[in-house]
Amino acid sequence: MIAAIAFYVLAAVSVFAALRVVLASNPVHSVLWLITAFFSAAGLFVLMGAEFLAMLLVVVYVGAVAVLFLFVVMMLDVDFVKLREGFTRYMPFGAVVACILLVEMILISAAVAARGAGAHAPGVQHATDVTNVEAIGRVLYTDYVYIFQAAGLVLLVAMIGAIVLTLRHRPHVKRQDIHTQVTRDRKKALAMTRPETGAGVRPEDLV
Amino acid sequence: MEFTNALSIATPELIVVIGAMVLLLVGAYGGDKARPAISLLSGLVLIGAAVASATGPLGQAFMGAFVNDSLAVFAKVAIYLASAVAILLGHGWMIRNNQARFEYPILILLAAAGMSMMASAGDLISLYVGIELQSLALYVLAAFNRDDAKGSEAGLKYFVLGALSSGLLLYGASLIYGFAGSMAFDDIAAAAAGAHGTSLIFGLVFLLCGLAFKISAAPFHMWTPDVYEGAPTPAVAFFAAAPKLAALVLIARTLGEGFHVIEDQWRQVILALAVLSFCVGAFGGLMQKNIQRLLAYSSIANMGYALLAIAAGTTVGVKAMLVFMVLYMVDVTGFFACLLALSRGGRPITQISDLAGLKQDRPGTAIVLTMLSLSVLGMPPFAGFWAKVYVFGAAIQGGLWIFAALGLAASVVAAFYYLRLIKLMWFDPSPGLTDPAPRDAQWVAYAAAAFSFPLVLFALGWLDGFAGTAARALGLG
Repeated sequence: MIAAIAFYVLAAVSVFAALRVVLASNPVHSVLWLITAFFSAAGLFVLMGAEFLAMLLVVVYVGAVAVLFLFVVMMLDVDFVKLREGFTRYMPFGAVVACILLVEMILISAAVAARGAGAHAPGVQHATDVTNVEAIGRVLYTDYVYIFQAAGLVLLVAMIGAIVLTLRHRPHVKRQDIHTQVTRDRKKALAMTRPETGAGVRPEDLV
Repeated sequence: MEFTNALSIATPELIVVIGAMVLLLVGAYGGDKARPAISLLSGLVLIGAAVASATGPLGQAFMGAFVNDSLAVFAKVAIYLASAVAILLGHGWMIRNNQARFEYPILILLAAAGMSMMASAGDLISLYVGIELQSLALYVLAAFNRDDAKGSEAGLKYFVLGALSSGLLLYGASLIYGFAGSMAFDDIAAAAAGAHGTSLIFGLVFLLCGLAFKISAAPFHMWTPDVYEGAPTPAVAFFAAAPKLAALVLIARTLGEGFHVIEDQWRQVILALAVLSFCVGAFGGLMQKNIQRLLAYSSIANMGYALLAIAAGTTVGVKAMLVFMVLYMVDVTGFFACLLALSRGGRPITQISDLAGLKQDRPGTAIVLTMLSLSVLGMPPFAGFWAKVYVFGAAIQGGLWIFAALGLAASVVAAFYYLRLIKLMWFDPSPGLTDPAPRDAQWVAYAAAAFSFPLVLFALGWLDGFAGTAARALGLG
């Protein structure tokens, strides 16, 4: 009974929060709603008996990803007036598409449920003698080692991509080079100048 | 024991992936000096992987997630060789345009690894991870010239729309998993034969939308012209060939292994995609002024023909798709090699009107472009004609003669823009001399033209046999 109530509350909150993520015009609010959605999804995982996944969701998605989003969004120069401009123009069309999708999904789900299709699907096997972490650990590096390694490669590509697209070696940037820094002496480091009053010294003139 | 067996089945992928990682380290420590060596070694790694997959053992590995059957072997050999050609074309071009960085061949290697994962995907997770590995590398390649506004635009558009399509695909995959209770294609096939057949269609439609995005089939083609226009030309030459074959093989495998029971349902979806693609490709190309945009529409149209062959739902159809794609890959690589070989005043040729009067100072390239245009439009006796013979033959045999007739009509419309290219090159006055052509691109172009006629006549016998064996692996009717 309590589990059912908890499920419906969490499910309703996550659907509502997900809607607000899309509909909120302020991106900061969107991210905060996203965190709410993650939290309630984590609650749903707990109800299913997957405590480890719930914890991962909170630690990784809420703790790291969403906070990172928040930083990025706050650093963006967002023009809220401009954001709202397109909204009314595209909303009717978007609403029509969303309604069609929703109606289709309800129709099909109803048809499927009427024939009792879902009952035949083999559910998740509950191994009662092992903990969540153990159950995942048993298959992650054995049955799914191929996918695990391939996912690692996907991350490698993402890293290479980030470096290819953003790393620039600018000539005037001062990087740490311990050898040259330590072997510097007074002759190289000091320059005596006699600037005119009010003119100042530009660093380029000294080098 | 089982694990060693699995590794031996996946040898080609291991060669590509380990090669990519070693070369990445070489590049990171060796810097720019190591660049020519990395390009050369990447090419060799790909050729080695092609040999390994042609001679390696067949079988399933990793709990059925990895399937190495004759279809996968056929696709992998073609993918690795096409990727090696892309490295060859890219190396010289990047140096000439001051964009050379050692990551280019490595990203192609990793994309090739992703594509071969796609070709041998046995369940929905390996399907998704393979697609993601390939796409992520391609997004970076599209934006490779980061100082160019158009290049960055191409990369960003490709990335955002690609992410959207991945979302659709994942949604479909999770629905299928929910209804079938398993992610392996075999189990999905069993579920499709049971009571959940109709409910699976629901997920399948989303899955197909995501996959159609990856092969740029209409109505999911919007990104294609912009990406083809903005991305570096050798990268586009790569996009247009190997990834399309990988995604089409993946579609054929998903539909043939997982959903062959509900063939009548997915056939409608594939036919709609096919007809829209070749119509959009034919009519959209008419108004284009940029050659790369024109080729984008041409590739959209050709994806339509390949999908038409898959829609037949038979072994003959899959075989036709494979033959069609290999011949098309050769043609399109040759086309892009010509574009890479042409420049005027140090600037690459981008507009169709720039090709005017090409016969005066570059008769060789003009002949090659003419042959390839005739081939792509499907003029006998060139390769493109045989490719279309296979596709329309399979479609008619599958009872889809109305759609075959539509395809034929669309290819007549598309013939206009290829003939316009030929007219421009041979009969219009030239705006000025072109620069001397780089040798690598020119030889690739000559080789492609020689293949499109007359070598294709000899190769077709072989190709037919290999493609036939490959297509039978799916066990369709």
